[in-house]
Amino acid sequence: MDGCHSLKLLLLWLGVNTFLFVHTFFLYEQEEAYTYTRAMLGSALAWSRASAMCLNFNCLLILLPVSRNLISLLRGSCGCCRSNIRRQLDKNIRFHQIVAYMIILHTVIHVIAHLFNIERYHASYSPVAKDLLIRLSSIGKNSSESYLNPIRTYDTNPVKELLSSAAGVTGIIITVAFILMVTSSTWVIVKSFYEVFWFTHHLFIIFFIGLIIHGFGRIVRGQTSQSLQEHNVTYCKDHYDEWGDIPECPLPQFAGNEPVTWKWVLGPVFLYICERLIRYCRSLQKVVITKVIVHPSRVLELQMKKQGFKMKPGQYIFLHCPSISRYEWHPFTLTSASEEDHFSIHMRALGDWTSALFEAWEENTEDAKETHQVRIAVDGPFGTACIDVFYYEVSVLIATGIGVTPFVSVLKSIWYKYSQTATTMKVKRVYFYWICRDTHSFEWFADLLQSLEVQLMEKGRSHFLSYHIFLTGWDEYQAAHIALHYEENKDVITGLKQKTFYGRPNWNNEFKRIADDHPGANIGVFFCGPNDLSHVLHTMCNFYSSANPQGVQFHYNKEDL
Amino acid sequence: MGQIEWAMWANEQALASGLILLIGGVVGVAGQFRDWQFAAYGIAAGVFVMLLEYPRGKRRKGTTMERPGQRFFAAIVKLFGPLTRNYYVRAILHACLAVPGGFILPTVLGTVNLGIASLIYLLAAFRKEEWRPIQALQSQKGHVGKSIHQPPTNPPPRPPAEHRRKPVDDTRAVEVTARPVTFDSN
Repeated sequence: MDGCHSLKLLLLWLGVNTFLFVHTFFLYEQEEAYTYTRAMLGSALAWSRASAMCLNFNCLLILLPVSRNLISLLRGSCGCCRSNIRRQLDKNIRFHQIVAYMIILHTVIHVIAHLFNIERYHASYSPVAKDLLIRLSSIGKNSSESYLNPIRTYDTNPVKELLSSAAGVTGIIITVAFILMVTSSTWVIVKSFYEVFWFTHHLFIIFFIGLIIHGFGRIVRGQTSQSLQEHNVTYCKDHYDEWGDIPECPLPQFAGNEPVTWKWVLGPVFLYICERLIRYCRSLQKVVITKVIVHPSRVLELQMKKQGFKMKPGQYIFLHCPSISRYEWHPFTLTSASEEDHFSIHMRALGDWTSALFEAWEENTEDAKETHQVRIAVDGPFGTACIDVFYYEVSVLIATGIGVTPFVSVLKSIWYKYSQTATTMKVKRVYFYWICRDTHSFEWFADLLQSLEVQLMEKGRSHFLSYHIFLTGWDEYQAAHIALHYEENKDVITGLKQKTFYGRPNWNNEFKRIADDHPGANIGVFFCGPNDLSHVLHTMCNFYSSANPQGVQFHYNKEDL
Repeated sequence: MGQIEWAMWANEQALASGLILLIGGVVGVAGQFRDWQFAAYGIAAGVFVMLLEYPRGKRRKGTTMERPGQRFFAAIVKLFGPLTRNYYVRAILHACLAVPGGFILPTVLGTVNLGIASLIYLLAAFRKEEWRPIQALQSQKGHVGKSIHQPPTNPPPRPPAEHRRKPVDDTRAVEVTARPVTFDSN
């Protein structure tokens, strides 16, 4: 479902680009006002203008996907929309990159077209140029004449001309700025040298300022409408040596096109400025860290409180720690339930930033008084909430590896709702499947499941939640060990009463069993993990849904991390 | 954050500059611009820079992502020894290569970008970075335990079973102040 919407949006965007390009191209190829301009430049005029139009459009778009607070606001306002559209807004960075690629393409077309334009303008003075061109270039020598050819003399060269026009200077500055932004945003640089990427990307400020100024020179010139009425181009273009001497052909008057880029980009620029202000204000808001727990395998759990913070299960926040890095904000999925009085994340110390944070806190947990010394700022919550889980009678949650993290919040939330309103809650049964290589670095999650299991047993409701953990990373030693302890009551790896399985689940069996146990029910299936398994599960859902609409129906939902 | 290896960015920038120089050169030659000979130079210089910069050097820390098919180019680049290893040489080389592109318009963009790449390489050279080829990957598929198909390495008489290695329990053994999450059902 979600892929469908992505595709539709992409096609729409491509469609608008194509329309703008083709429309502008034919305008400049055929409009009478540009007949004389075309005489000098040929099709290069149309190519440069068409790509410029697409550049305007894409430069408008490029700031929008990275305004995450704006996106949040939009999402909030369409609260009753189907979650598919909201999920669409979550694919920000990917869309930002796609728009950037389009800008690269059009920049190439635009620059190459203008290289030809400048060369041809200059060549219009050359002794071997056609007479019409020489005549056109000579217009503008007197103050009463308006020039067409922005290059005013033959005694120059294109490089000098570039550097002496506003369009040329801004053009080269913004192109160089753009190229630097692109080369510093390659995967290698972003992953390993984030600060280089972050700082260089701020060249966008120069880019947008230059972009707005780029058209101020009014260098694209065409015949004025008044002049078109007096000077019949179709006839006069063959009688250029009589211009000004015969009444049918007064000297043509030209004017430069008004700059329009500012109309396109000023809005998004303003919105983005607001976005940065919001982030800055958020970074000043006080976040109180109420508890820090160090889990095995370098996992840190941070429980925090912030005034006015409201979250839903499955959302994520951006965390900022000025003492570690002044500019980096890192996303973490929330692992607490909305019913709790705090919000929490579980952070694995993998990269530079997370390791630094882990070490900073490891020292601090020893001294309780210093718990608040490491200052943290929070932006968010962002992302779509997995609240659909609560709207089905039976919910099946499936996660692979780290995809389990959004489901932690969901499981906790289910637990809270069940404890409070067991009889009125729609969800009567939850199946949870977790497939991972091993539980290494997820010991905290195994503890959570154990705790849930114990509490459900105490309430006599152990059948509400059933877990199936599949470990795919076993080897012969483990297999031997497990076989030896097979008869025991508790699972030997996780300590849970429900046994761990080894290898991958047989989805046919699982779905068949669930379908048989719940005839006639609406079953929601929620998955967080890689695409190939997603296809398999989707197929299963369709296959095991009954043809009879009153029979068991599986509804497939994929969560995006 | 971590040690920034400027050479990584310089390499990306130089590769892009080579491409831009090449495209500019092609435009200048194909369009038969005035002084198109500079454009022809741009093509040659662009190709040369791209070939030189295509093989990524080995990073100081961590694994380096190879560009597809770079082994062949890396072998050639390695042949020049200190000429390609030293980034001062590269910085000067790129600066010199950039200059002729500034004479005609199509290659100006290539010139400016190659000049910037040269500056970043200079910075990398100050930081004593060097170009080193990425070594062939060693196959590191070491399993946690030996396969049972190999003959036993610990024949009897053996110490009692408790003293034998048990990899399964390792995940519990390294707990550091782990506290199970508690729920209050309010």
